[in-house]
Amino acid sequence: MIAEAGLAALWLAAAMAILQLGVAWVGASASSDAPLYLRATRGVALVQGVLVAIAFAMLIWVFARSDMSVLLVAENSHSMKPMLYKIAGAWGNHEGSMLLWVTVLAVAGGAVAFFERQLAPRTLSATLGAQAAIGLGFYAFLLLASNPFTRLNPPPLDGQGLNPLLQDPGLAFHPPTLYFGYVGLSVAFSFAVGALLVRDVGPAFARAMRPWVLAAWIFLTIGITAGSYWAYYELGWGGWWFWDPVENASLMPWLAATALLHSVTVLATRDGLRAWTLMLAVVAFSMSMIGTFLVRSGILTSVHAFAVDPLRGSFILVLLALYIGGALLLFATRVGTVKQGATFELVSREGALVVNNLLLSVILGVVLIGTLYPLLAQAMGVQLSIGAPFFNKATVPVALALVIATVAGPLLRWRRDDWRVLARRMAVPVLTAVAAAILLLVLAGDAGLYPILGISFGAGLAVGSLMPLVGRNLRRTPLYIWGMAIAHLGVAVSILGMAADSGFTRERLAAIPIGETLHVGPFSAKLADVAPTIGPNWSALEARLEVRRGDGRMFVLRPQQRFFSNPVTSTSEAALATRWDGQLYAVLGNGSDNGRWQLRLWWKPFVTLIWAGGGLIAFGGALSLIGRLWRERRKRKGEAQEA
Amino acid sequence: MRRALIWLPLVLFLLLLGLVISGIVKPGDRAVRSAMVGKPVPALDLPALVDGKPGVNSAALATGEPILLNLFASWCVPCIAEAPQLMKLKQQGVKIYGVAVRDTPEAMARFLNENGDPYAAIGDDGASQVSIALGSSGVPETYVIDGSGRIVLQHIGYVGEQDIAEIRAALEKAR
Repeated sequence: MIAEAGLAALWLAAAMAILQLGVAWVGASASSDAPLYLRATRGVALVQGVLVAIAFAMLIWVFARSDMSVLLVAENSHSMKPMLYKIAGAWGNHEGSMLLWVTVLAVAGGAVAFFERQLAPRTLSATLGAQAAIGLGFYAFLLLASNPFTRLNPPPLDGQGLNPLLQDPGLAFHPPTLYFGYVGLSVAFSFAVGALLVRDVGPAFARAMRPWVLAAWIFLTIGITAGSYWAYYELGWGGWWFWDPVENASLMPWLAATALLHSVTVLATRDGLRAWTLMLAVVAFSMSMIGTFLVRSGILTSVHAFAVDPLRGSFILVLLALYIGGALLLFATRVGTVKQGATFELVSREGALVVNNLLLSVILGVVLIGTLYPLLAQAMGVQLSIGAPFFNKATVPVALALVIATVAGPLLRWRRDDWRVLARRMAVPVLTAVAAAILLLVLAGDAGLYPILGISFGAGLAVGSLMPLVGRNLRRTPLYIWGMAIAHLGVAVSILGMAADSGFTRERLAAIPIGETLHVGPFSAKLADVAPTIGPNWSALEARLEVRRGDGRMFVLRPQQRFFSNPVTSTSEAALATRWDGQLYAVLGNGSDNGRWQLRLWWKPFVTLIWAGGGLIAFGGALSLIGRLWRERRKRKGEAQEA
Repeated sequence: MRRALIWLPLVLFLLLLGLVISGIVKPGDRAVRSAMVGKPVPALDLPALVDGKPGVNSAALATGEPILLNLFASWCVPCIAEAPQLMKLKQQGVKIYGVAVRDTPEAMARFLNENGDPYAAIGDDGASQVSIALGSSGVPETYVIDGSGRIVLQHIGYVGEQDIAEIRAALEKAR
């Protein structure tokens, strides 16, 4: 019954989407603002959001009670799993993750219907209509090609279990966070489509769109950061970014959203970059959809591809062609009628933001080409894969140039500024960067060019990011200025972590007998013992490593080789010791006949800064969001009092 | 200029779409090609693992007749699944040599007792040296070797019903 209730809610939500599209259409094409239609559209959008949320709750419910008569549960869950992973199992598979996708889509639409008060009524109607149109396609996909509530008769005694790699608290929440980001960008897409439909592009539109973009971008940042950390400690390879197609699929919308966030500010503040902002809003969500498609269709080989199914792939492809193609066609035909916005000089804050946008777009283009190039080669009959060397070589120089724009932008005035004044303001960050570079060349010249440049530019940006706060009364500085400074500081911190990790990591791999000691960096690790141990749904061989830093106090690390029986898999659970200046990372490999154990140790100085920086970026975004909303609220209150 | 630029995103997207469609229509070939095919079997001399069954050495493999070399282990679950197919091949007169990867005599004896014994000889590859020399990616793996000791086919994974035809064809060709 629970599954049937979920399915019914899903069908009803699809019906609501049709209704929403129809009412919104009438509302948007009305000659004057018709509050009745807008109110109706809002109501329907809310109901649609609630219905999908119910369907998703039902799916979680059948997973929580391990109802093996539901095909999806039988295939992806197991009654012996801890409760957290039973619930996370609901989205750890193709159908469930697609349901999560439409849930976020509809809930975001409902949120826009409920909270959005700034947008002109006709634009809002068109926006909600666009959101409903996107939803419809994905409802069709779910209901016709990926029904998560299909029954299985007769039910099996128990399920087949969840991929053990996914049985990790971090990963339980990684997909929902990312999806909030991915699909949250659908709001920006719908805003852009709505604005194009009713030809209403201007500062008010940009101010209305900005918080939604910001919110989606925050989730995306958290999702990518968490995913990177998960890959780092769960996969046991010691790396934090692999340029896997799916990682790229999450990075591309983030790059587009980051660019959008900056261009929408130009539009909101200065009424510039109108067409470009609309373009980015379309591109950002298009990248999310392309990402979803690349993963779900299985046309690119990836660790994330849990549903390799050409039929489903083709279905999503048709949706992509309709939505992205349709939006781009609308853009091409309509944007000519959007009036040119305000102009500006090259040396101005707008100028720096344009440079920022162009550089971000270049990185986006490089990542897109690198991700799809194997596909192009395949079409020409060649098999190849593109790995980290290409991406690193092609993106790092652009990213470093971006750092310069990031320092310069906030120090420039809007509209026009002076080269000489800018040079004076940038003196401190530039000197910091030069000093850091010289210091490194003297102390650690063998670290490599990119790590040295990374640390130098990172240090410069760290100082530069705080420059906008210099000379201000800090108590009266608006929250969104703080947010910007902290987010930029986060970028600097991340870059410092990446550079330190790539330039100064020490690695040891050896097969040693019990009792022997391995040295890595400042640490010595003695393999004291390897013994079996047992968990809720796994057994493991656990090593006991007695580690000392120099002559310091001994501490114990316990890396494991874990064996899961449902499904039969083994994973390697790395053991990590976090210190203020880095992480010691230990992986236990196979034992051999002669009593030796493979042991792999890394000392990664300051590697934690990578994710700390990601956290700071998201925190800065959150501050900025709160600051903006606060200001809008105060302004509205003020207007209400005046009226 | 500006007019043309406005259409650029749509054109790029359509190109991308075409590329992706071609990827769906013509999926990539993901088969693993063995670098060992066409090369002679590396020199090997493996001692016997179980009583009453000789080990495997290079001389024994070059008999002038095509044979199967099967890498397997008692601890390997897919090896149990392929045992009936190997028995069938043996009954059809195919000579099968086994290489037991990281195994013990007791466990192997039990495995042969439970799943049948299609092997003319079983060599003990306790340190995986031969597996590595053969370019094996794991167990089970089956090599078709012609009369002069040259590898004709490397079959990765277990031998299922559907693979028998391919293996028989390779054996015929190697004759």
